[in-house]
Amino acid sequence: MTETVIRATDVTRTFMISAGAFRGKKPLRAVNGINLEVERGEVLALVGESGCGKTTLAKMLLGLLPPTSGTIELTGQPVNSIHRLEMAKLVQPVFQDPYSSLNPRKSIGSIITLPLRVQNDPNPETWRKRAEEIMELVGLPSRLFNNYPNQLSGGQRQRVAIARALINRPEVVICDEPTSALDVSVQSQILNLLQDLRKELNLTYVVISHNLAVVEHIATRVAVMYLGRIVEQTETATLFDAPEHPYTEALLKSVLTPDPSLGIPDTQLGAAYPNPVNPPSGCTFHPRCAKVMGQCSEIAPTPTKRPHGHVECHLYDDTAKPERAAS
Amino acid sequence: MADGTPIVLSDSPRDGVEPSPSQRLKKRAFSHMGFVIGGIVLLSIFAMAMLAPLIAPHDPYDQQLARKMIPPIWHDSAKASWEFPLGTDQFGRDYLSRLIHGSQISLLIGFAAMLISGVIGTVLGVAAGYFGGKVDMVVNFIITTRLSLPVVLVALAVVSLVGNSLWIVIWVLGLLIWDRFAVVMRSTTQQVRNLDYVAAAQAIGCSTWRIIFSEIMPNIVNNLIVVATVEMAHAIILEAALSFLGLGVQPPAPSWGLMISEGKNHILFDPWLVGIPGVALFVLILSINLLGDGIRDVTAPENRN
Repeated sequence: MTETVIRATDVTRTFMISAGAFRGKKPLRAVNGINLEVERGEVLALVGESGCGKTTLAKMLLGLLPPTSGTIELTGQPVNSIHRLEMAKLVQPVFQDPYSSLNPRKSIGSIITLPLRVQNDPNPETWRKRAEEIMELVGLPSRLFNNYPNQLSGGQRQRVAIARALINRPEVVICDEPTSALDVSVQSQILNLLQDLRKELNLTYVVISHNLAVVEHIATRVAVMYLGRIVEQTETATLFDAPEHPYTEALLKSVLTPDPSLGIPDTQLGAAYPNPVNPPSGCTFHPRCAKVMGQCSEIAPTPTKRPHGHVECHLYDDTAKPERAAS
Repeated sequence: MADGTPIVLSDSPRDGVEPSPSQRLKKRAFSHMGFVIGGIVLLSIFAMAMLAPLIAPHDPYDQQLARKMIPPIWHDSAKASWEFPLGTDQFGRDYLSRLIHGSQISLLIGFAAMLISGVIGTVLGVAAGYFGGKVDMVVNFIITTRLSLPVVLVALAVVSLVGNSLWIVIWVLGLLIWDRFAVVMRSTTQQVRNLDYVAAAQAIGCSTWRIIFSEIMPNIVNNLIVVATVEMAHAIILEAALSFLGLGVQPPAPSWGLMISEGKNHILFDPWLVGIPGVALFVLILSINLLGDGIRDVTAPENRN
């Protein structure tokens, strides 16, 4: 029996960007109508280029940013009605850079027990023990309890960040590029740790990543974002075997191989990433699309259901054909 | 690690043999020349101020015209004597005793004005940096307004309106020189505020107060100390300037600035009347600035390791 832990309905987030002195402000739609459902125990990966709204979406899921419109529900409760302490017990972040996500002035023990102190946990005498338990769980020796972040390696710091996120046993963990700031040799250790913890603690992950190898390794489902919209969402295996959206195809082609004789792959994403303040008309991907058609620059595609998910592209829908739209 | 154990890649747990941050801080502090010299000089001036009534050889207010203008001991003069090592001024007051008592006034003004301006500037700066938006706009407007007021002119106007006493000078200075605190605290708070550990604290459910006091303040306090030392020196110099202009501390109080002012008519033939308090001011300001520079170097995160 599955249970929907995260449900986002038509979520948008608009930032007002000043266009220069005396020229007023322009809206930037960082997240532009996203529908998302994540079930318990799933690992949903959000992939896409820089600036496509992944991190904005993650901040909204964490309750750090209110959505401009639409609703986000966590375990059935709307996020804006949950008190911040309750919210903290439901969802926790693991950030990209373990060098900036730990306060350099605090000891490891104090960082890991902070969630207990903030929650006014009734048993202060158990804090140290619980911190050491969680440290053991994430593979940190308990003698580091009184050390400071600058005495730890990158991988150890990321383990501290994970321990801090997990000490109150949240339902959901939002990992924003959890491995991209780490040494290659440590990345797989952290990924395996995240996998093990998911099974052990029955966690649900939302993983943001640029690294498609990481996504293939850890995710059960993948949502591909482009300019604030999810253009394709499907199961990981399906996505990597048979990508449907031209943008997904281009992303998969862009992966570099270790063999230098293969050269740098041609993604066919000729044009640069569009200015999000002034997005292209119709399908926002059409200026870069290899399979662009006539209606793409005029009509925005709507999500079309596919066997394992949905895709947002005119190649797969027949509802947006010009003659139908006219009638 | 070196004795044959297999090399473990970078996630290997390092042993706890590395010194803790506070041990390192001490080590760095005591190997920093500026910090040590500035600290020792400032401490001795502080001790001098505290013990002034005990170590001053004469009463700093005791005027005896019979012994006026005795030159200091290093002068080739029959009048110079060890009874008045730094000589006497035009009213026959012992210059050494006045210098020793004057350190009290300089330190009191420097410290109190720095405290007042520090509180005002830090509250405004941290609020602007943390909350941003409208709060930032308002604070920026206040800072700009303050920066457009010339300190000495405003101080002159206020002192001539409400009269002058030591505490009026302290309050006028304290209410005028908070701008650097506000500007520096605002920009450092903005930097720290955008770091991930603040976002993590928010996600943990920390209240705004908790984030400001336990996540942000500990990481900006070294900047605060550096600005505080600079502003303390600034306040002491401003007090000397105001006293020189006759609008600061009133005679016969032994303020160093006032001593320079009183000696200025004799600068051609008895330059030590100006030189001695001038050197004292110079040494005090230098020691404070050396200490401030030292604290900045010692605590700057980029100097870690």
